[in-house]
Amino acid sequence: MSYNINNKGYYGEFGGAFIPEMLYPNVEELRQNYLKVMAEPEFQEEFNQLLKDYVGRPSPLYFAKRLSEKYTTKVYLKREDLNHTGAHKVNNTIGQILMAKRLGKTRIIAETGAGQHGVATATVCALMGLECIVYMGEIDIARQAPNVARMKMLGAEVHPALSGSRTLKDATNEAIRDWINNPVNTHYIIGSAIGPHPYPDMVTRFQSVISEEIKWQLKVHEGRENPDYVVACIGGGSNAAGTYYHFLDNEDVGIIAVEAAGKGIDSGESAATSVLGKEGIIHGCKTLLMQTNDGQITEPYSISAGLDYPGVGPLHSHLYKSGRGEFYSATDDEAMTAGLELAQLEGIIPAIETSHALAIFEHKTFKPEDIVVISLSGRGDKDLQNYIDYFKL
Amino acid sequence: MNRIHQKLQENKKLLSIYFTAGYPSINDTVSIIEDLEKSGVDMIEIGLPFSDPLADGPTIQASSTQALKNGMTTEKLFEQIKDIRKTVSIPLIIMGYFNPVLQYGVEAFCKKCQEVGIDGLILPDLPVDVYAEQYKDTFEKFGLKNIFLITPQTSNERIQFIDSVSDGFIYMVSSASTTGAKSGFGDEQTQYFERIASMQLKNPQIVGFGISNNETFTQATQYAKGAIIGSAFIKHLTNKGVNTIDAFVKGILN
Ligand SMILES: Cc1ncc(COP(=O)(O)O)c(C=O)c1O
Repeated sequence: MSYNINNKGYYGEFGGAFIPEMLYPNVEELRQNYLKVMAEPEFQEEFNQLLKDYVGRPSPLYFAKRLSEKYTTKVYLKREDLNHTGAHKVNNTIGQILMAKRLGKTRIIAETGAGQHGVATATVCALMGLECIVYMGEIDIARQAPNVARMKMLGAEVHPALSGSRTLKDATNEAIRDWINNPVNTHYIIGSAIGPHPYPDMVTRFQSVISEEIKWQLKVHEGRENPDYVVACIGGGSNAAGTYYHFLDNEDVGIIAVEAAGKGIDSGESAATSVLGKEGIIHGCKTLLMQTNDGQITEPYSISAGLDYPGVGPLHSHLYKSGRGEFYSATDDEAMTAGLELAQLEGIIPAIETSHALAIFEHKTFKPEDIVVISLSGRGDKDLQNYIDYFKL
Repeated sequence: MNRIHQKLQENKKLLSIYFTAGYPSINDTVSIIEDLEKSGVDMIEIGLPFSDPLADGPTIQASSTQALKNGMTTEKLFEQIKDIRKTVSIPLIIMGYFNPVLQYGVEAFCKKCQEVGIDGLILPDLPVDVYAEQYKDTFEKFGLKNIFLITPQTSNERIQFIDSVSDGFIYMVSSASTTGAKSGFGDEQTQYFERIASMQLKNPQIVGFGISNNETFTQATQYAKGAIIGSAFIKHLTNKGVNTIDAFVKGILN
């Protein structure tokens, strides 16, 4: 069984492009060109150069000694938090801005939840001198104020999404509507491994640098390329997709996903899509999503704005459904506690999204000889106020 | 013969009206349909509200949100219109997004449509290729016409393909936009209308998006068989209520 995308844009039964005709020319243009463009030597050179000199890659693979001792296993942290702009998101925005330029686009739009993808998009637009409009839910604008200021300082316009739950889902709706209204000059930089084909695959490929580096870095540390487990948090699933990518078809490597349980799976305030979701269509993609029996998309909840999404990328639906991935979910409390623990054991303050991945130790016991690589997808600066409020710091 | 085909053969320009089922009040659905027919409307698109209507602008979004708040569901809509064919004879089309149909079950949904006397469907996010491959047989089994959209950016080649899969009319989106975004037509639209008219498609075209009054209705139907009004009618319902539908329609048809 292959876990990768097939030539029709599906991972198993999930994926595809369920888009209104108004979006077809743009999405089709991208579909026909993305692999060709990515394979061009000049493209690769420019991409890799920017990842190295601008983003600061390779990001370290750090052996977390005290965390390992605490949980009697070998834990490595893939330090995406050390990237320029503070998260893995920039790997994708660098790739997509180069893609947009190759396609002759002059105007960039994006959606954002936590603001990390918005900042990463505003950053690359400043770098390339392109107009940038970021859609962000009104609620998220309030809870991620530092990132809103960053985007503005970088020259982006931040448009509040006022419909629905006024979070990531609605910001994505607004971005898609913008794209419908601007069909010629605009490229939409989607921030996760979601959306119509080819987005999930394109984003995954740009993020796959994470697992590519893990392989050679682990070889240096441990003399072997393959860990026993790779662990990542899942919002839409881009850091996870990048972390898993080069291990997908190697079943010796366990794939572990941690979703946001919010106040608990059965609390009615959760974002644990694989457990609570059913197959359907969200943002142009057939995948698992949280919805009513009537097919209305429901409002998710998580303390973490970046995980507060009612769907999950089609790759992850496939990993879940096929059993290739082990799926867990961490509550707000478990995540916050795990974030504090990392700060105090390793001197690293993680993003609250990432804290969910770190809460894996609440749910699974590893063997002492296991090598567990956790994607440290982002740093916690943007979340300081949330940590302060939560822990009364 | 399917009511849509019959209607398209009439020697006149057709006015089609979109409204959101369950808006402004949950029980307005049937009376709005009946009043529209009485006022001289040729065809009706009954909007099945969706939480995330990607192709719609603020007016239709807000009406969908309100309809859902009012308690509108797929089952409820079928219940409301179960006797609609006792009083209404013009073509009725359900317009909605694919996910609610998928959750209802595509076959069950189509069967129910046939039972209550729905003639066709418009599901903007069900792409023509997926339809042709997976759902065409089911739609046809229950006598439903599936209506596809084309836009000024749709290539001639794709228009030919859409024409070949269609059996009814083609929904010609006047400009690249969400619903209700733009009003009126410029040179660009005229060129696009002329280009499509010159393609001699087997299916007649009905223009939608950007039509709000007699002037835009007349402009659009100069090249096409008819025109669809959505946002402007919803705005009318919002501002003037459900009792002056006749005045609205007369205003369009003059
Ligand atoms: C640091 C960090 N990690 C994870 C995520 C979740 O996104 P994804 O699942 O696409 O990696 C986000 C989203 O904003 C984020 O900022």
